[in-house]
Amino acid sequence: MNLTLHVWRQKGPQDKGKLVTYPAPNVDSDMSFLEMLDEINDELIRKGEDPIAFDHDCREGICGMCSQVVNGRPHGHQERTTVCQLHMRQFNDGDEIFVEPWRAKAFPIQKDLIVDRSSMDVIMQAGGYVSCHTGGVPDGNTFPIPKKVADYAMDAAECIGCGACIAACPNSSAMLFTSAKVAQLAALPQGKPEARKRVQAMTKALLDEGFGNCTNHYECEAACPKGISVKFIAKLNREYLKSMIPSSTAEPV
Amino acid sequence: MILDGKAPTGPIETSWDRHRFDMKLVNPSNKRKYKILVVGTGLAGGAAAASLGELGYNVEAFCYQDSPRRAHSIGAQGGINAAKNYPSDGDSIYRLFYDTVKGGDFRSREADVWRLAQVSNNIIDQCVAQGVPFARDYAGYLDNRSFGGAQVSRTFYARGQTGQQLLLGAYSALSRQIKNGSVKMFARREMLDLVVVDGVAKGITCRNLLTGEIESYWGDAVILASGGYVNVFYLSTNAMGSSVTAIWKATKKGAYMANPCYTQIHPTCIPVHGTHQSKLTLMSESLRNDGRIWVPKDAANCEKHPNDIPDEDRDYYLERKYPSFGNLAPRDISSRSAKEACDDGRGVGDGKRGVYLDFAAAIKRVGQKTIEERYGNLFEMYEKITDENGYERPMRIYPAPHYNMGGLWVDYECQSNIPGLFVLGEANFSVHGANRLGASALMQGLADGYFVIPYTIAPYLASLKNPGAVKEDHPEFKKSAEEVEAQMDRLLSIKGKKTVMDIHRELGHVMWENVGMARSKESLEEALKRIPEIRDEFWNNVNVPGESKSINQQLENAWRLADFLEFAEMMTYDALNREESCGGHFRVEHQTDEGEAMRDDENFTYVAAWEFKGVGNKPELHKEPLKFENIKLAVRSYK
Repeated sequence: MNLTLHVWRQKGPQDKGKLVTYPAPNVDSDMSFLEMLDEINDELIRKGEDPIAFDHDCREGICGMCSQVVNGRPHGHQERTTVCQLHMRQFNDGDEIFVEPWRAKAFPIQKDLIVDRSSMDVIMQAGGYVSCHTGGVPDGNTFPIPKKVADYAMDAAECIGCGACIAACPNSSAMLFTSAKVAQLAALPQGKPEARKRVQAMTKALLDEGFGNCTNHYECEAACPKGISVKFIAKLNREYLKSMIPSSTAEPV
Repeated sequence: MILDGKAPTGPIETSWDRHRFDMKLVNPSNKRKYKILVVGTGLAGGAAAASLGELGYNVEAFCYQDSPRRAHSIGAQGGINAAKNYPSDGDSIYRLFYDTVKGGDFRSREADVWRLAQVSNNIIDQCVAQGVPFARDYAGYLDNRSFGGAQVSRTFYARGQTGQQLLLGAYSALSRQIKNGSVKMFARREMLDLVVVDGVAKGITCRNLLTGEIESYWGDAVILASGGYVNVFYLSTNAMGSSVTAIWKATKKGAYMANPCYTQIHPTCIPVHGTHQSKLTLMSESLRNDGRIWVPKDAANCEKHPNDIPDEDRDYYLERKYPSFGNLAPRDISSRSAKEACDDGRGVGDGKRGVYLDFAAAIKRVGQKTIEERYGNLFEMYEKITDENGYERPMRIYPAPHYNMGGLWVDYECQSNIPGLFVLGEANFSVHGANRLGASALMQGLADGYFVIPYTIAPYLASLKNPGAVKEDHPEFKKSAEEVEAQMDRLLSIKGKKTVMDIHRELGHVMWENVGMARSKESLEEALKRIPEIRDEFWNNVNVPGESKSINQQLENAWRLADFLEFAEMMTYDALNREESCGGHFRVEHQTDEGEAMRDDENFTYVAAWEFKGVGNKPELHKEPLKFENIKLAVRSYK
């Protein structure tokens, strides 16, 4: 099939960007979206032009590196799919496709489709862990965890940290991303002792990093390539509220 | 030269405990005087950086991705082995040790494998404590599944994303140390040289992938945990950025490369389609718990819809050839059997390079819902890529390069022959011999990172008289940075006609055809002829666009390929030297009448460690003899 691409080109963080049009002839429907871009880049290189810069690595939908807004939707229109797993059979001959980077205040553009997502690491560093030391932990079966709870934690833990939820949100909120980690750890016995401190610290970090708040648009869930549910945001809110209530048994926040 | 792995002697059961006691310690208040560099933040590097930071060392960690959470350990699907024996099905540390040595076709160091098996149980405990949501049964206890090469269920898993969950566990531990200030994280940096001062590793030279600046970092010790090199085949299941570069730069500085020809071709990958493909996708080996592998008995039936081929016309070749392991035969054997079936003209799908992985029987037995629960995400992924529904018709699979058992030579303490250079995880050669069993890569990465290096680095550091004496102002750092800068300039100045991708495809083709699943003297000599030609073409006719002082992904691809083009030759020399078949290394000259691999224990029970002697020159072979004092050398049989 023959397609027309409009791709966001921007030389560096300080430069002004613009959409540039490229023809994409003879696209094979079995190609992935990124393989299609590889071919366009190959052509650009042969013509002596600067190829399109984009983040990608595993190309199997798990590393979370790829990050493109395709036709206005993070990772494109196919549900529960990263852009590296989006295949060209999802498009039709003659289609015009717009390709842009994640857009959020906390994600400055580095070049073309590459953005800086280190602010997400900062949120994790604020409390996205259990403070256990290497070694000196009990046997893995010491605390039975009901299957339902383990499954719930796993549903949250599937987040790949790509940032599509933030790119999709009109407020550029990192609430779904943050809530996935808060919920995973708050559900498990291992994560409970620090639950109060964690939810406070991570919420503060996301606001400090310039992410917006949640106003229940649910665009994040629709864009999430792993189908992380907004129910975890509700869980985050509950955990946050709980952490505000003084409790003689819980550790001080 | 005869190398000494310094493995402890005496009873194997106490070898690690005794060695741990014998090693020198660094006292807690002295630890902050040492700086350790860790290259790579996958399971091995991430776990090492976190654990060393926690102990009080100053750690600087480096990764080429934008975040340490993206290392390719994340791609591992199926699970992680441990000798917990929770199912009471006869497992033990000794059995895991035995299975791993046997699975590796008797080409690994016994003591290293014992230690791996011993600490495997600690890993599960550690990950559970971190909040890794392993699969649980209805009583709330940890669940297990089976993997190839074992007759017990010892594999722990988190749906089809075990690698992701374990990596995120290590990443969380690392994040905690970054927050504490004990680890400084440098993302989007790629190591382009090892700085060696007076024969000792003292730092690295990196390129900042955002700015293009060449940066120097000093350390009292350097840990490489940079993963695998099977992108030398161009198409593989590795991430696009996975490369040999970090360990190859160390090789060029004098580190020995051990058994580079031991590469693992994974039997269950989605077959190649078309010519534009950029990578191959693995389907977890766990699928072989329930899937049956077959091809038509008669080549004439290959074009038929698989559901129209009756059972009696199907050849379930693994069940036929290896009745006691069946579809769970080890990876090397399963891959070779698939290749045989296709070479026999009975392959299916594009170019007839595929075999069926059929779930019809399992769906009939336990219902589609259960299969969905077990492998739902894998079926989904398969459909996205192939546009076929694996529940309705058998999947098509074919072997693909996946992992390397070879890597930098290290002694029992994970130290290379360059003092101060330590190597962990897939980047070293130590425990998998000539073939790795499924679910053992995650085990090794985390064992090395959490439970080995925190102990074994101490004696080296304790032996240093002046920690921090060599810093970035040493002339060797300047020299190294200038050399890297010059290489960048040279790559950018060629401005030839071919793209990096063109030449990488050519190299990959030569390697896959000649140094792939079946190797012969002729094919290897052909590769040794072709590789230098492709390398010449690269240095004379590649077109690397853009400039050096900005993001330049083509330049990144170019230097990685430049290293593959040198490394490929060493890998081929190793394959040519090893006149036997063992594990993933199959020499067609050395097989039994039934087509099984034939080892030559008399002449090849050694680790081949190669010393770089200049580009285009034959590397020099050093040997580390392997002793088997606990497990008797035997023909590996899975029949």
